[in-house]
Amino acid sequence: MPTGAEVIREVKNRIDEVDPGAVRSDLESGNGNAPVLIDVRESDEFEAGHIPGARHVARGFLESRIEGAAPDRAQRVVLYCASGNRSALAADTLERQMGYENVESMTGGITLWKDRGYDVEVPRALTAEQRSRYSRHLLLPEVGIEGQLKLLDAKVLLLGAGGLGSPTALYLAAAGVGTLGIVDDDTVDVSNLQRQVIHTTDRVGEPKVDSAETSIHAINPEVEVLKYDTRLDASNIMEIIDGYDVVVDGADNFPIRYLLNDATVRLRIPVVSASILGFDGQLAIFAPYDGPCYRCLYPSPPPAELAPSCGANGVLGVLPGTMGLLQATEVIKLIVGSGDPLIGRLLLYDALAASFTELKVRRDPDCPICSRDPESISEDEMGVFPDYEAFCAAAG
Amino acid sequence: MAVTVKIPQQLRTVTAGEAEANVEEATTVGEVLDGLYERYDGLRDRIAEDGDLRRFVNVYVEGEDIRFLDGLDTSVEDGDEVTILPAVAGGR
Repeated sequence: MPTGAEVIREVKNRIDEVDPGAVRSDLESGNGNAPVLIDVRESDEFEAGHIPGARHVARGFLESRIEGAAPDRAQRVVLYCASGNRSALAADTLERQMGYENVESMTGGITLWKDRGYDVEVPRALTAEQRSRYSRHLLLPEVGIEGQLKLLDAKVLLLGAGGLGSPTALYLAAAGVGTLGIVDDDTVDVSNLQRQVIHTTDRVGEPKVDSAETSIHAINPEVEVLKYDTRLDASNIMEIIDGYDVVVDGADNFPIRYLLNDATVRLRIPVVSASILGFDGQLAIFAPYDGPCYRCLYPSPPPAELAPSCGANGVLGVLPGTMGLLQATEVIKLIVGSGDPLIGRLLLYDALAASFTELKVRRDPDCPICSRDPESISEDEMGVFPDYEAFCAAAG
Repeated sequence: MAVTVKIPQQLRTVTAGEAEANVEEATTVGEVLDGLYERYDGLRDRIAEDGDLRRFVNVYVEGEDIRFLDGLDTSVEDGDEVTILPAVAGGR
């Protein structure tokens, strides 16, 4: 019987081999002769570094997965491994058993490629702990490793760790959003606990940002929590929101909603906005210049006596949970880039009727804010309304 | 000829708690609202001013904002759903 070395030598004699230099110039030339390049090594070898543009089909899965990477048997396929042996055996399999007509094995493998000083791409990888933690995301083609890495890189700002912010923060933390900023200057009160599930009875009296951080880290210690124990206002908004990818608006009053709208339009940051009252919830994404802004929907706020949000109102404890999780869902979709985001649409939820209604929201060509160039929106006019402070104060 | 009007939480104090109202024999949004004003005392003041809708109140016919249609002259057809929606800011 022949030795292993003799088998490999014999296979190499009957297959076609190609030099790394030729592969590189064919890949770069764009002359139509570029092959499908396939790395047949094991997963850990591939993840440690591979030739840019290479697909990965480990030799052990060659027969079952090659058609995913190279469906056309007539197309040119170049295989490589570490030094050129495994790829030679794989090329033999493709040619003799599977009928591929134009297969080559790259001589010297990636070792020779690197020795020549050619480029190697080192993909970012998840740790073993992350692979396990996020495994249910990784199994979804719409998220997968790329989507999970986007989540880990994302910075999301939550306005308020209250009714809406609580469930949103918990689920975004669980989903692996890398940085969560929380703006809230309130402390935990026992009357919050009917709906603000990020807080606990033993933390009554603590600042909400601290209590929220404790719960977030209990779920996912790798989330970075940036705490802003303050009220968002015209003096600090630009500094706080700058650099965030998405803002989640759960603000409980109109001055902040308008201020936030104007600042996010200027900085082109999408806002996933929800509001709740009693048994009714509303949800929409305001994506500057891709869709309408909040002022396109409501050009001005209601006067104090008709602004139910200024005072204390009843709310079904579950409702901010429902609406907050719909917000969290839209945040994740925006970050991952999957699905049809709720831009230009307003979703109404009526908990008593158990019904959803969708309304269209159009960009207003005469919008006082988003019909203009973002740089032209001055700090002086942000969030400004006639008499607003006065009437909110009147409403208590 | 009837349209169904959805009434939001904030306005139910003037509709005796009704969340939905049917209006017969109206051909425009303006006529639908007039029908409601006759029925519900105080509703007109809550959503209208000087014969037009207040700026923080939107009205939709079959999901379309009437500001981008013909305003109060927007026509309605039998079976249409009209939604009245004032701005809400509650988050707590």
